Amino acid sequence: MIEVENLTKHFGPKYAVNDLSFTVKPGEVLGFLGPNGAGKSTTMRMITGFITPSSGDAKVCGHSIIDQPFLAKDKIGYLPESAPLYNDMTVVGFLKFCADVRNLTGLAKKEAVERAIDTCFLSSVAHQSIDTLSKGYRHRTCLAQALLHDPEVLILDEPTDGLDPNQKHEVRQLIKRLGATKSILFSTHILEEVDASCTRAVIVDRGKIVADGTPEELKKQSSTGSLHDLFRQLTTLDTAHASA
Amino acid sequence: MKHIWTILKRELVSYFTQPTAYAIILIFLLISLTFNFTFGSFILAGDANLEWSFLFWHPWLYMLLAPAVGMRLWSDEQRNGTLELLGTFPIPPWSTILGKYLAAALVWLIALVLTFPIIITVNYLGEPDNGRIFSGYLGSYLTCCVFLAITMLVSACTRDQVVCLIVSVAICTLMVLCGYEAFIRELARFRFDFLVEALTALGVWDHFRSLTRGLFRYQDMVWFFSIIFTCLFGTSAILSAKRA
Ligand SMILES: Nc1ncnc2c1ncn2[C@@H]1O[C@H](COP(=O)(O)OP(=O)(O)O)[C@@H](O)[C@H]1O
Ligand SMILES: [Mg+2]
Repeated sequence: MIEVENLTKHFGPKYAVNDLSFTVKPGEVLGFLGPNGAGKSTTMRMITGFITPSSGDAKVCGHSIIDQPFLAKDKIGYLPESAPLYNDMTVVGFLKFCADVRNLTGLAKKEAVERAIDTCFLSSVAHQSIDTLSKGYRHRTCLAQALLHDPEVLILDEPTDGLDPNQKHEVRQLIKRLGATKSILFSTHILEEVDASCTRAVIVDRGKIVADGTPEELKKQSSTGSLHDLFRQLTTLDTAHASA
Repeated sequence: MKHIWTILKRELVSYFTQPTAYAIILIFLLISLTFNFTFGSFILAGDANLEWSFLFWHPWLYMLLAPAVGMRLWSDEQRNGTLELLGTFPIPPWSTILGKYLAAALVWLIALVLTFPIIITVNYLGEPDNGRIFSGYLGSYLTCCVFLAITMLVSACTRDQVVCLIVSVAICTLMVLCGYEAFIRELARFRFDFLVEALTALGVWDHFRSLTRGLFRYQDMVWFFSIIFTCLFGTSAILSAKRA
């Protein structure tokens, strides 16, 4: 369960996220759509406790990320946009480190690491050094880290970015499968993914929600019945953004 | 507590899977032992307590080599984006800071322990005061820890390791030079008594030399530990300011 309440973030005079509110219930996969610079990553960084909001709050399973950060962070699995990793470790070494961070020990730790490696198809590179991995494998290693402790809430920032079509398909299936029991928030600017894996989607532009609904509802809002057209009607061009 | 160990272990893995730590330890051992037998004229002077021939060179080496060990601590995390992982893990920022600091300090402890052949040598050749040698080593190690803490503070400010190295070396060099006897004596000739006292108290030599002479003074411990803790608090402040 993610409850976002009037979340706002400004960098100097510029609002990256402006009074955003939404909830994601268990069993729901919320697609977070919007053009580049809309404030998707900033929102996710606030929900995961990496940056402090200018105002507003986010609750994860009832725990406020501001007042009870450790309880909230415990419930979250997070895949950052750039899929950062420690390049000097092996895949298994990195996952074991993350398991330690999550307080997993002994058999539970061993099983969690094996399960994450299986789920993300990493067994062929398990003992390889991370700096020798190709981009798709790096991304999946970071995803494995997010799934390790079987969190109730998953926050994935552009999880299919930089993957080949097969890998994209696998990740979408994975999101759909995990979404049956978890609350998932994932951002994307690929509209096909909404149909492929979301139960609901919001479109954000310049830090504000401009549309919210199931994929079918959103398509109805568009004059032509296509998500692409709705997206283009509601959001501003990057170039217009710069001059505004 | 457990998290400090988790972080410390990871840092040690990355120090010792890359050539950095080995190279720095090796350079330290080679130079300090070479100086001992050449410029230190260890044999001629019959300096069984290692005060002038061996320990005297340590601050000069640390001011260049300690920043090389510490420079990656936070700069690397910021450059790779792994700071975002650390910031969203359910661990207190203090555990991370202490874990990283202790890892760097441990690398130097290993380097210092590896100079043990020189202690065996003096005990074989003469009759040193081993308590005084221990006190000298303590002074040497604390000096190194002060330089590491300064480097850690600088590395929190920049994502560039080279900038961090240059700035930290500059600060440490100033601390070594400003209390150096030749320089202080020059100042004393001009009757800048206040300045003389201030620089002596600020520089490393007064505190370092009293320990190598086997004196245990309260004010020296205050000097070493207040700088270390100020730098650690500063690191914590800078990192949380970056997240706001
Ligand atoms: N640390 C920062 N300092 C200043 N501006 C920032 C910072 N982080 C993000 N922004 C700005 O906030 C806006 C939203 O960015 P972001 O959340 O990354 O967008 P998205 O992920 O939707 O592409 C952008 O205009 C970006 O330039
Ligand atoms: Mg983004």
